[in-house]
Amino acid sequence: MEYWITKIAYYLLTVSIVMVYGLLLSAVIAKTMARVQGRVGIPLYQPFIDIMKNFGNRTAISHGIMFYLGPVFRLAGGLGTLAFIPVIYGSEMFSNFHFAGDILLVMYFIFFGQLGMALGAGEGGHPYSAIGIARGLAQMTSYEVPFALAVIAVVVQYDTASISQIVAAQQGGFMNWTVFTNPFAVAAAMLAFLGMTGYAPFDVVMAPNEIPIGPATEFHSSYLSLMQINRAIFAGAKLVLFMNLFFGGAGNLIELVAKTWAIYMIPVIVGVAFPRFRVEQSVRFFLKIPTLIGVLAIFYVQYIVLK
Amino acid sequence: MKNEDNTFANNGLLPEEMDLFCNARPVPYEPYSIEVVEKFFNWMRANSLWIMAFGTGCGAIELNPLMTSRFDANRYGIQVRPTPRQSSVFVIGGYSSVKTLKRIIRSYEQMQGPKFVLALGICTINGGMYWDSYNTIKRLDHYIPVDVYITGCMPRPEALLSGFFELKRKIKAGECDGANRYVKNLDWYKDNQKRVIKKWDMPDYNW
Repeated sequence: MEYWITKIAYYLLTVSIVMVYGLLLSAVIAKTMARVQGRVGIPLYQPFIDIMKNFGNRTAISHGIMFYLGPVFRLAGGLGTLAFIPVIYGSEMFSNFHFAGDILLVMYFIFFGQLGMALGAGEGGHPYSAIGIARGLAQMTSYEVPFALAVIAVVVQYDTASISQIVAAQQGGFMNWTVFTNPFAVAAAMLAFLGMTGYAPFDVVMAPNEIPIGPATEFHSSYLSLMQINRAIFAGAKLVLFMNLFFGGAGNLIELVAKTWAIYMIPVIVGVAFPRFRVEQSVRFFLKIPTLIGVLAIFYVQYIVLK
Repeated sequence: MKNEDNTFANNGLLPEEMDLFCNARPVPYEPYSIEVVEKFFNWMRANSLWIMAFGTGCGAIELNPLMTSRFDANRYGIQVRPTPRQSSVFVIGGYSSVKTLKRIIRSYEQMQGPKFVLALGICTINGGMYWDSYNTIKRLDHYIPVDVYITGCMPRPEALLSGFFELKRKIKAGECDGANRYVKNLDWYKDNQKRVIKKWDMPDYNW
């Protein structure tokens, strides 16, 4: 019993750290972009104020039970994703609830939040929500293909479906990281990651100027603050997952911040450089080159790495 | 306008549309009873002003420069939200024709309280150059509660920014109670609105 209480306390600590980190990350990115445009930009504490303000709104209307549950499912998706990812390698405190086949559960949880959100946003009844959800699910289905292929390649390569063992297999110098032992898998996964983060050119879900902010159109007050919290946690969880699978994990908090920061800059830099794809362009993109690279990664593992 | 159980009659709707809309009356929400908590939330409301992206008149053109690098309203916590549900500030950009007023009312009622209205330009105060126009309203305060007026035709973006600062000051002081004022005097506001909007084909209160 005491073991579980300690575990849960450690997990809550991890969630708080990842949440604060995710919010600060978004603020720093916004600030950096503002500086590039010659502006001063938001203060770093702005995301915290926004969340608390939404939480403190005096009114919140509901469209039904699923409308309530949408943000809750979304948050459950974020928390669930993080719950099974060991954040820092070799640290008991930040190891979370990892077990032998956690990578499969994590992949399921990445999907889960979006589906819950689809139900909630659907009940909101706004047309933009429905369009955003349809676009989001179509895009998610397509970027899951290269991502799943990359994960399969990694699982085959290290002969384990446990994230902590995958990290353990990459220890002992940076040449052991998956990005150097199996670059094809990492290429496929990073292309899928561009779609996951939802920056341009793959921001078809939120699509500013087209279906402004998409699925979240009807969500406000506390619902919105839940979703903003989840956005930070989910982004952090995905960054940690990618760092664990492909970039050798992190041995301490500083390494964690440095690596996740570097990974996050990839979609940001791609995002400021490209305009938005149309929906069908985005879906087709993932099913062409990234999927082929993913297939190539599996062959590469089978016939070159494991030989 | 009212049913016997104090709900709205929604006379403007077609019979088949009645079930699609809520007919309950809104109720005023009092501030938190603990003063420190209310002040804390007021401080956050003042530093996170989400403008509704609805350009209601010629003055809306003054909003765009605010977001550029010259004025950069972003640093004061001002940002634009595309949906009334998430926004807390409604900037009425100058004259409002009767047709636009209908949309203003719909959007304003869909915003979640506490909500603030910033009236831009002389036309929102007394009609301005549209004083004797047949299809613009003269005094915006008769239709929705206004927190801060910015006069001028057109006010410069600097004037708009100073209006935002005045709004921040009033929010922090706890003086911006427009949402409650609207709800408490709803019948008066609705009478005024229905006097100018002849074709009222929407629910009496847009939840």
